[in-house]
Amino acid sequence: MKTDDDLVFRALADPTRRHLLDRLYERDGRTLTELESDLEMTRFGVMKHLRLLEEAGLVVTRRDGRQKLHYLNPVPIRLIHDRWIDKYRERQVSALADLKSELEETA
Amino acid sequence: MTTMTEQATQVYSVFIRATPEQVWDAITKPEFTTRYFYGSELESTFEPGASYKQWAPEREKLWVEGEVVESDEPRRLTHTWRSLFDEDSSAEPPSRVTWEIEPQDGGVTKLTVVHDQLEASPKTAASVAGGWSYVLSGLKTLLETGKPLQG
Repeated sequence: MKTDDDLVFRALADPTRRHLLDRLYERDGRTLTELESDLEMTRFGVMKHLRLLEEAGLVVTRRDGRQKLHYLNPVPIRLIHDRWIDKYRERQVSALADLKSELEETA
Repeated sequence: MTTMTEQATQVYSVFIRATPEQVWDAITKPEFTTRYFYGSELESTFEPGASYKQWAPEREKLWVEGEVVESDEPRRLTHTWRSLFDEDSSAEPPSRVTWEIEPQDGGVTKLTVVHDQLEASPKTAASVAGGWSYVLSGLKTLLETGKPLQG
């Protein structure tokens, strides 16, 4: 199931794949040839990483004539941010607020 | 949130547990857009050539102005886009937004937003880059839970 957060976490848990996302962040809509240019890796290896990124929804491909262009899709990261990071950040803030009032009470 | 560098074509995609008709309603009806699209109220008949307007809450200001280019309910909607929410962006030429709605297996619908023709509109490109992720995340949450995002 493509909506699964597991796929996103797994895709992000690799330095080469994070590097590919950073390359697309700098400039979007690149071909495989452009993306493999600064990686010491076979074309097949880069394709494999791009496929995992695509399965996680982090990369979306579009056809432009004969070219297949790769675009960074930041939405899955935003979803993780909204569902996970925001939630725990709030909890941490309220824990600190509790600690503050407790310390002030005992002082 | 850091904004992406100015990209002339931007692609955003999300899988939503809803039907294409529900997704279409959520992107075209103001009672939905006010709940996930920065509170904005959408106004359009969605006929090709019709105007496309996105109002700030309480219609205080017009935020986005455009024209419907193509409308194929519930599969595809294309309209032009001029950001009026800041002065720099509003001086730039119109860009184009396409909403693609594709049914998938298992009651899931894939929604893709392509914001392109931004070559001559770098300020608009930079200003919408973070916004689309927020909007699509909110739209997904609203359709799947019936509630808008918190905060």
